[in-house]
Amino acid sequence: MMKKIFTRPKALTESPFHYCPGCSHGIVHRLVAEVIDELGVADDTVGVCPVGCAVFAYNYFNVDMFQASHGRAPAVATGIKRSLPDRIVFTYQGDGDLASIGTAEIVHAVARSEKFTSIFINNAVYGMTGGQMAPTTLIGQKTTTTPAGRDQEETGFPIKMSEMLSTLDGAAYVARVSVHSPQHIVKAKKAIKKAFEIQMSGKGFAMVEVLSICPTNWGMSPSESLKWLEENMIPYYPLGVYKEPAEVK
Amino acid sequence: MSKILMKGNEAIGEGAIRAGCRHFFGYPITPQSELPHYLAKRMPEVNGVFLQAESEVSSINMVYGAAGAGKRVMTSSSSPGLSLMQEGISYLVGAELPCVVVNIMRGGPGLGNIAPAQGDYFQSTKGGGHGDYKLITLAPESVQEIIDLMAKAFDLSDQYRNPVMLLGDGVLGQMMEPVELGDIKDVKQTEKTWAASGMKGRNKPNIINSLYIQPEDCEDMNEKLFAKYAEISGKEKLWEEYQLDEADIVLVAYGTAARICKSAVDKAREKGIKAGLVRPITLWPFPDNVIADAASSANNVLTVEMSMGQMVEDVRLAVNGTCPVHFYGRSGGMVPLVSDVLAEIEKLAAGGDR
Ligand SMILES: Cc1ncc(C[n+]2csc(CCOP(=O)(O)OP(=O)(O)O)c2C)c(N)n1
Ligand code: SF4
Repeated sequence: MMKKIFTRPKALTESPFHYCPGCSHGIVHRLVAEVIDELGVADDTVGVCPVGCAVFAYNYFNVDMFQASHGRAPAVATGIKRSLPDRIVFTYQGDGDLASIGTAEIVHAVARSEKFTSIFINNAVYGMTGGQMAPTTLIGQKTTTTPAGRDQEETGFPIKMSEMLSTLDGAAYVARVSVHSPQHIVKAKKAIKKAFEIQMSGKGFAMVEVLSICPTNWGMSPSESLKWLEENMIPYYPLGVYKEPAEVK
Repeated sequence: MSKILMKGNEAIGEGAIRAGCRHFFGYPITPQSELPHYLAKRMPEVNGVFLQAESEVSSINMVYGAAGAGKRVMTSSSSPGLSLMQEGISYLVGAELPCVVVNIMRGGPGLGNIAPAQGDYFQSTKGGGHGDYKLITLAPESVQEIIDLMAKAFDLSDQYRNPVMLLGDGVLGQMMEPVELGDIKDVKQTEKTWAASGMKGRNKPNIINSLYIQPEDCEDMNEKLFAKYAEISGKEKLWEEYQLDEADIVLVAYGTAARICKSAVDKAREKGIKAGLVRPITLWPFPDNVIADAASSANNVLTVEMSMGQMVEDVRLAVNGTCPVHFYGRSGGMVPLVSDVLAEIEKLAAGGDR
């Protein structure tokens, strides 16, 4: 008999992803699901999906799920975790969701050190609504609302959420990873697992920012997009662990 | 059991605790602050959760989380805060989540002031947020009635899986009255098999969601909601009839305005004018049939509100032209005087032009 070495994680349903070819959302869903499987916590996990391309994540994760209004997933997760302190709660949010309309909710959830985990997809653009500028869009990057390229005189500077949130005492674990290469995917999974373990140990808020691609709205092929991420996003958004509990260092 | 003195805002808190509510999320605003103050002390005594949110937007979304997790949950605010909550309330309705939302209304529009008003009737009873929906809206007139209605508020929200609004004004929130709290009883709560609280052996995930991407499905959802609303309209109307016997002049008022009207009705009756009052307790579902009945044998209907006239539109629809419907109101935080309302009644009794 042949040994199966690549199967669908149990924490994913059978529903096929609706994401565009090459999109990072599918990879990150898989990583989160593998972590839920490895920790054996599917029965205790409650996820909160955003408004954005990942809005249908409730069809994909094979755990109890909430769909939250745009940007408010951290408030919804707060309500869930405060009601069910022994469950494992995560939010899955894009950069428009977490870093623009929902900045107040994420900042205060971190400040309160809410014991949930946020997976933050930074693809430098608003995917779902047609490629508009996100708070994370790079200077010079063309989007549908910055057709000549983002100009800092007009629209200011991209927000570095991991750096910013890691200054808050309530942040237990903050890391930025990328999924543009197999090696980086392995590292990303480790960070996601750590972020769940930190929550389970009750140490406080944990977030993993995942640098991601949106070939559709970047107007590039998936392989060009991976290269663009590496050459443009990583220099501005350095990878690494920005905050972790002293004992686990 | 003996009576104790309580402020309206505190009674809302105690009533919620006695109704089995153990989760409260809110953001400070006058004139409802005594309620969070009370619950900040009281919730820990019953192992409940009191959390001060960073905004009303967050409060209502925390409510969404706790309600979806299967808990009895409440938030409270005053007018501007309710405006901020509207998107969240619409999501709660769309996801069919039960919860209680308290609005202790103040003067508006804008920042207005912190004085008592009834300017949020439209917002409360006509939907308020986006989309087609209704909130069951309860409008108590006294501290005792608050206590009596809190359990009802939570039961109705669980039964129909729809948010319930408790609508009061600054007078009701701040005034102290003797109340009979009654014994603390075990609260029977319906089992929430739909809650997303971790599968715990269930073989299919529960999903809390208000997205219906196919228009056909979204229309089905709207029709499902409105079938529920038809049932609520048929079964859940609450009102009080005051001195309606042979009333020629029927007043319609709720909350604080209704108390003022009762005094005016008493004074009118002393003067031999046959005045009476219908006091809607549920503003939605609106007791239109009761008002229509009272109007059918009256010469005039007079609606009194602490606003420029909002409920009066529903009164006109209920009366449907069978007799003239008049309006008297004060707004912006001004409260009508008994003598003002009496003067309006006397004008109508004299058949004069108001
Ligand atoms: C209150 C509100 N404002 C705006 C929108 C429209 N909207 C839907 S998705 C979205 C942006 C999502 O972008 P992002 O969070 O970056 O996620 P992505 O689609 O890139 O994964 C916006 C603005 C909305 N649904 N609700
Ligand atoms: S639009 Fe972008 S983010 Fe959305 S699914 Fe397509 S590639 Fe992914």
